[in-house]
Amino acid sequence: MADNILVMENITKVYPNGFVANKNVNFSVKKGEIHALVGENGAGKSTLMKILFGVETSDTGRILLNGNEIKIDSPSGAIKYGIGMVHQHFMLAPSLTVAENMVMGIEPKKFCFIDFEKAIKMTQDVAKKYNFDIDPKAYVKDLPVGVKQKIEILKALLRGAQILILDEPTAVLTPQETSELFIQLKKLKEQGHTIIFISHKLREIKEICDRITILRNGRAVGEAEVSELSEQDISNKMVGRDVILKVEKEHATPQESVLKIRNLTVINQFGKESLKNVSFDVRKGQIFGIAGVEGNGQSEIAETVTGLRSHSKGLIEIKGVNIEKHTIRDIRNLKVSHVPEDRMTYGIAGEISIKDNIISDRYFKNEYNKHGMQDTKKINEEVDQCIKEYLVKCSGREQPIRMLSGGNIQKVVVAREFSSSPDLAVVNQPTRGIDVGATEFVRKRIVELRDEGTAVILISADLNEVMELSDSLIVMYDGEISAYFPDSKNVTEHELGEYMLGIKKMSPEEIGDAIYEK
Amino acid sequence: MKNKQVLTSKTIENRFEVFRVVVAIAIAIAVALLLIFFTSKQPFEALYWFLLGPLKSLRNFGNVVQLFIPLTFAGLSIAVMFQCNQFNMAAEGAFFLGGLGAAIVAVKMTLPMGVHPVVAILVGAVLGAIVCAIPGIFKVKWGANEVVSSLMLNYIMLFLGTYVLQYVLLDPSAGYPASNQFPSTATLSVIIPKTGIHAGIILVAFLVVLVYLFMYKTKWGYAIRITGQNEKFAKYSGVGVGSTIILSQLVGGALAGAGGATQVLGMYTRFSWTSLPGYGFDGIIISILAKNNPAYVPLAAFFLAYLRIGADIMSRKTDIAPEVVAIVQALIILLVAAKMFLDKYKHRLIVKNSQEQLLQKEGA
Repeated sequence: MADNILVMENITKVYPNGFVANKNVNFSVKKGEIHALVGENGAGKSTLMKILFGVETSDTGRILLNGNEIKIDSPSGAIKYGIGMVHQHFMLAPSLTVAENMVMGIEPKKFCFIDFEKAIKMTQDVAKKYNFDIDPKAYVKDLPVGVKQKIEILKALLRGAQILILDEPTAVLTPQETSELFIQLKKLKEQGHTIIFISHKLREIKEICDRITILRNGRAVGEAEVSELSEQDISNKMVGRDVILKVEKEHATPQESVLKIRNLTVINQFGKESLKNVSFDVRKGQIFGIAGVEGNGQSEIAETVTGLRSHSKGLIEIKGVNIEKHTIRDIRNLKVSHVPEDRMTYGIAGEISIKDNIISDRYFKNEYNKHGMQDTKKINEEVDQCIKEYLVKCSGREQPIRMLSGGNIQKVVVAREFSSSPDLAVVNQPTRGIDVGATEFVRKRIVELRDEGTAVILISADLNEVMELSDSLIVMYDGEISAYFPDSKNVTEHELGEYMLGIKKMSPEEIGDAIYEK
Repeated sequence: MKNKQVLTSKTIENRFEVFRVVVAIAIAIAVALLLIFFTSKQPFEALYWFLLGPLKSLRNFGNVVQLFIPLTFAGLSIAVMFQCNQFNMAAEGAFFLGGLGAAIVAVKMTLPMGVHPVVAILVGAVLGAIVCAIPGIFKVKWGANEVVSSLMLNYIMLFLGTYVLQYVLLDPSAGYPASNQFPSTATLSVIIPKTGIHAGIILVAFLVVLVYLFMYKTKWGYAIRITGQNEKFAKYSGVGVGSTIILSQLVGGALAGAGGATQVLGMYTRFSWTSLPGYGFDGIIISILAKNNPAYVPLAAFFLAYLRIGADIMSRKTDIAPEVVAIVQALIILLVAAKMFLDKYKHRLIVKNSQEQLLQKEGA
C-alpha cells in the first residue's frame, strides 16, 4: 500500500433528494499512474471526485494522502494538497486573456495592482515546463475547445497540482485533439504526475490508462490493471450485463422528403452568421445524422426547424408547409417532435411531476379534456403506459421529475416526444451524460421510430453515435455543411474528424447531393 | 427482519414541509410571547386575550370570519399570479378598484334585489382583471419588471379612485369623504345573526373550490403552472407563454377585484376608502404560507385573521400594542420563505431513510 499516493476509504454520500450516490466506496491511486474511473452515469464517479475536490462533503469515510488523513472542505483546500480538477464544462472567463485566466485567484501583485507582465511570464514558464504550446495574450473566447482544455490543465499545474482529475476530458474534443491530449497526458505522467481519468469511452481507457476502478450503482465493483481487462469485461462490470456496443438496425428504406431546408441562414445575436446557406432534405424512414464539433451550427438547425428560433433567410418546409410564420405549437401540430439538447432547461420542469412533464405537448388537445376539465383517467393511463414502455425508474407518475437520475429524465423526455408518433423527430444529443443502459435504450427507440416511418434528424457530438445510428450524414463546420455522406457506413472516424475540423471540405456538387428533391 | 414502512423521499419532503411551517409558526409565536412578557405589566392577561380572545364570544369569532373573507380572496388572487411566476403586486390596486367599481354600481344603478350585488361584484372583477393584466402585458410586450410596474400601478389606482370618489361619488352630506349610502338591494346580507358574517363567505368558499379546480384540473391551470415552473420548457412544449402569463394575471386580478367588491358590499354602507386597504399585500403573506396552493389558502387566511383579531382584542383589553402581530407575521414569512431553514435536519431524515431502505433491500 506504500505506493498509494491517494486513498479514499469507505466513502458514503447521500444527496438531499435521498439518492445514495456513493456507498462505502474504496478508491486508491498509485503515484505516477493514469487511473481510469468508469461507470454508468449515476454510478457515482462525479460525486466521488467532487468529494475529493472538496465540492461535496462525504457523509462517512476518510481520505488519505501519502498515508496521512486529510480533510478537504473546499476546492481551494484540495489545491493546497496538490489536487487539481479539470471540469467537463470549462471554468474559464471567456472575455479575459489566457494569462489572466491562468493567474485568477493567485494574481501576482505590483503594489496593489495586478502585474500582468508577471502573469504572462508565469504562463509562459509553466507552458514551457510542460511543453504546452499556448499564447498567453490570446483571449479565451477566440480559442478552440482543445486549447481551452489545455489552459484548464495548465491552470491546475500552475497551482502545483500533483494529482489531476480530468472529468470526461475527451467529450468535447475531436479525434485529433484527443490524440494530442493523450500525448500530453503521457508526458505529465513521465514527470511524475498522477492522473485520474473519468470517461465513458472504453477505447480511450484501453489506450492511455494503467489501472482502472469501476463504479456501479454507487459502489466500487472492481479495481484492476487495464491490460488485464478487455473492453467487453469493463462494460460487463459497469452494467452487470452484456451491453451491445453496436446498434443493430436494418438497412433504411427512405421515401419522400418530410423536411426540406433550402439556403437556410441564421444570424445570431452578435450579428454573426451561425448558419450559412445550408440546404438538405430529410426523408421519411431515414435517420439523417448531423456531425460536428459543438457550436458549428447544429443547434441552430434544430432550433429553427422546431420554431424555438426564427431564421433570417431561406426556406424550411415540413411536409410541404412553409413554417416561417408558424408558432412552436403550429409546428408541433405538424407532428414534429424535439428532444432538446439541454434537457434540464428545455426538456423538463424539475419541480412538477413526471405526469405533468409527459403531457406538456398534448394537454390542450380535445381528447385529453372533457367538459372543460382534464380527462385525468385518460391522462393517467397514457402516462403509466409511457412509464412502463420507456422503462422509467420511478416511484410513480406523481413523483417530481427532479428526483430521477439523468438517464431516467431523458427517458421521460423521449417518451413524451416519441409516443406521439411524430412524422419528423429532431433529436439533439440524445444520450449526452446518461448511463449506458439508458443510452442503449434511447438509441434503440430512435431506430424503431425510423422503422415506423419517422424522418429523424440526429445531432450528436458523440461520433460513434452519429456513425452507428445515421443512415446518411452531413458534417457541419463553421455554419456550413462541409461534407455529405449518403451512406454512413462508408465513413471512418478519422475522415469525419478532418471534415469536422475544417481541414477538408467537399465540393459544392458533392454537398449538393444532400438535397433529394431538386 | 423488521418490516418497517418504507417511505419515499417525496413523502418525507411533503411531511417535512408541514413540519417546517408549524415550526416557523411556533417560533414566531414564541417570540411574540417573549415580547409580551417584556413589554407588558399584565402579560398573562395579554396572552390570554391574544390566543383565546377570538373564541370568547360569537361576536369576536364573527370578526375573525369577517376578516377571513377578504383575506381568502386576496390569497387566491396572489396564488394564481404567483403560480405563473409573476410577482404581481397589483392585487392591492385591483382590490381597491374592485371595491370602487362595486360602489359605483351600487349607488348609480337601480337593479332588483339579488341581481344588484351580482352585477356589482362582476364589475369589480372585470376592473380588477384589467388592473392586474397591465403589469402582465407590460412584462410580456416589453419585458418590464412586474414588481416595479405593479407597485407603481397601485398608486395610480389609489389616486384614480380618490378622484372618482371626490368628483363622482361624493355625498356632501356625509360629513367625511364617502359615497352615497348603498341601497339595500345592493348590500350583501348578514347570514349569521349577531355577527357581521355576510353572504360573501358563501361566494368565497365556492371560489376556493373553483380556483383549485381551475389550477389543478383544467388545461389553462396546467399551462399556468408549467409556465411558472419553467418558462423555457413551456415555450418549447408549444405553450403560448405570453398569453398564459396574461391569462393568469387576468384571473388573479378578477379574484382580487371581486374580493374588493364583496368587502365593500358586505362590510360598509358607503364607499369611503381613501387609502389602499392592504388586503392585496396580506394576500402575499397568505399565498406564501399556502405554498401558492388554493386549497391551503383558506387555512392560511384563517390563521392570519385569527392572529389579527386576537391582537386587536388584546390591545383593547390590555396595554399591548397590536403591532406585536406584525412582528409575528414577519417572522413566519421569513422562516417559511427561507428555503434552507431546517434543511440540515431534513437531509438527515432523508439520509437515514435511504440507508434503511438500502439495508432492507440487501436483507431481502
